[in-house]
Amino acid sequence: MKIAVCVKQTFDTEAKIVLKDGKISGDGINLIINPYDEVAVEEALQIKQKQGGEVVVICAGGDRAVEAIRQALAMGADRGIHIKVSDADADEYARAVMLAEVLKEQAADLILCGHVAADDGSSQVPTRVAEIMGIPHANVVTKLDFADGKAVCTREVDGGMEVTEVALPAIVTCQVSLNEPRYPSMKGIMQAKKKPVANVDPVKVDSKAKIIELALPAAKQAGKKIEGEPEDTGAQLAAWLLNEVKVEVK
Amino acid sequence: MAKGTWVVVDQRDGKIRKVTFELLSAAQSYGDEVTAVLFGKGVEGLAAELGKFGADKVLVADDDVFANYNTGAYVAQMAAMIKEYDPAVILFGHTSMGKDFAARLAQKLEVGMATDCVAAEISGGKGVFTRAIYAGKVLAKVAIEDTPIMATIRAGVMEVAESGKAGEVVKAAVAATAADVYQNVKEFMPTVSSRPELTEAEVVVSGGRGLKGPEGVKVIEELADLLGAAIGGSRASIDSGWLGHEYQVGQTGKVVNPNLYIAAGISGAIQHLAGMSSSKFIAAINTDPEAPIFSVTDFGVVGDLFKVIPVVTAELKK
Ligand SMILES: Cc1cc2nc3c(=O)[nH]c(=O)nc-3n(C[C@H](O)[C@H](O)[C@H](O)COP(=O)(O)OP(=O)(O)OC[C@H]3O[C@@H](n4cnc5c(N)ncnc54)[C@H](O)[C@@H]3O)c2cc1C
Repeated sequence: MKIAVCVKQTFDTEAKIVLKDGKISGDGINLIINPYDEVAVEEALQIKQKQGGEVVVICAGGDRAVEAIRQALAMGADRGIHIKVSDADADEYARAVMLAEVLKEQAADLILCGHVAADDGSSQVPTRVAEIMGIPHANVVTKLDFADGKAVCTREVDGGMEVTEVALPAIVTCQVSLNEPRYPSMKGIMQAKKKPVANVDPVKVDSKAKIIELALPAAKQAGKKIEGEPEDTGAQLAAWLLNEVKVEVK
Repeated sequence: MAKGTWVVVDQRDGKIRKVTFELLSAAQSYGDEVTAVLFGKGVEGLAAELGKFGADKVLVADDDVFANYNTGAYVAQMAAMIKEYDPAVILFGHTSMGKDFAARLAQKLEVGMATDCVAAEISGGKGVFTRAIYAGKVLAKVAIEDTPIMATIRAGVMEVAESGKAGEVVKAAVAATAADVYQNVKEFMPTVSSRPELTEAEVVVSGGRGLKGPEGVKVIEELADLLGAAIGGSRASIDSGWLGHEYQVGQTGKVVNPNLYIAAGISGAIQHLAGMSSSKFIAAINTDPEAPIFSVTDFGVVGDLFKVIPVVTAELKK
């Protein structure tokens, strides 16, 4: 099976955000593969182990994005495609158009993505790509199997789990509980250096949604903190719940 | 000229999610007719409830093909209705249905969209939406000037208010067929719980590594049931196998926005705070006075949860 995995490079989830000239500053920030996309890479590698095939990693981003591609190659992916995007503000629509253009050319049987990016939290791009390509999608998948040329996806939905079948080619977005991503081995890291990474220029497309202002949220004032004997502190907490929060006791 | 605000109803088996009522209530201030868009089979009876919370009209797409949510048929039907009625604004809850439906529809219409918004200002053909990006570390204002203006809104950020509108039923011509369906739903396994759903609950009681095991889960469950609360957890208590993955609160779990969040034995890692720090009231019980969770709490107790919570439970029962 030929599998394409879309990865996004994001800030380390521990990163402290600083605004500089009204923009989010990347200075000194450790960059990682979006944790959900890392799960997508792992899933692709496991499918390849079982069924054979090829794993192509696609990343749209600035110069440093190649590090994310190298990491996925070190995990075991076969080759990478770096869509050189300088405009970090490209919206979900523009990014979907850019990715779809490259994905169409790749003609993969399966496209795996994370179901959300830890930075912008949009959950739009993979589903938009599926629409552009005119193929099915299944979102927030926690278990992925194959039968009769179809992907059998167990999905997390509000109120429970759902099993959905989609014909291939399809886009499947991964939830973190799908697998436990491997760490690249030393050998993997060495091999990754020799694996091919193609550079491509994105198609020209204008964003539709525009970020007009960025601000840091007001720091929350820490409230009361009490110490002492549990009989006393517990009673005070109960009183606060009843009198301030006005909880209803069932 | 496009006009009117559409709120897409999120329901399963006739049970409407609260975020739908939140959106209908919020839409009252946009100064335009509010239409609830209702998909399903035999769902017309829900119109009265939608009217109560602010739907002037309820546009009903009723057919077997809409019995359960599937992206293909819903998007095809929605696109046809948009063509016919030309709405100015379309809002969805940022739920599993809402984000899936909205993203595919926005691309079909080739419009921009703001998702998981925590605030919305809509006027004069322009929407300005606030999004909590980088797990809530940055607030971004996003402008949408396309027609229709599309957004998904986080549950719990808007107030529910009854406004007693007519909820007049308008039956939509069915434009989707079985041929539009590309996801074959084989099975739905509902989460069986007597407690409210995590993302809809007014009160959430969460536990972390400090629970130490299933015994600790019992301690928070007892408090939760007294408060009619949902149970949640940090990644540590999920990874330890004490709670299922669906209970995880945080950056890689669920974002919750309850009136009250109680964190027991949770240190308050940045990834956990991302999922709960916008809760209205926050209380924590932790043995470590330096635990970062105390930087976001309204009421913090330094102490052993196994000793403090039973006292709280006993006091509340009085
Ligand atoms: C990419 C990424 C994504 C992540 N996503 C999430 C996420 O979505 N959600 C999440 O929660 N975490 C997430 N994490 C993990 C996060 O960094 C923390 O490791 C995790 O939240 C810690 O859980 P905890 O607070 O329960 O455990 P710990 O940090 O070990 O804290 C346990 C706390 O319990 C207290 N304690 C111990 N015994 C008692 C007692 N008897 N009574 C009272 N208090 C007691 C201790 O003082 C301590 O503060 C993520 C991490 C990464 C790298």
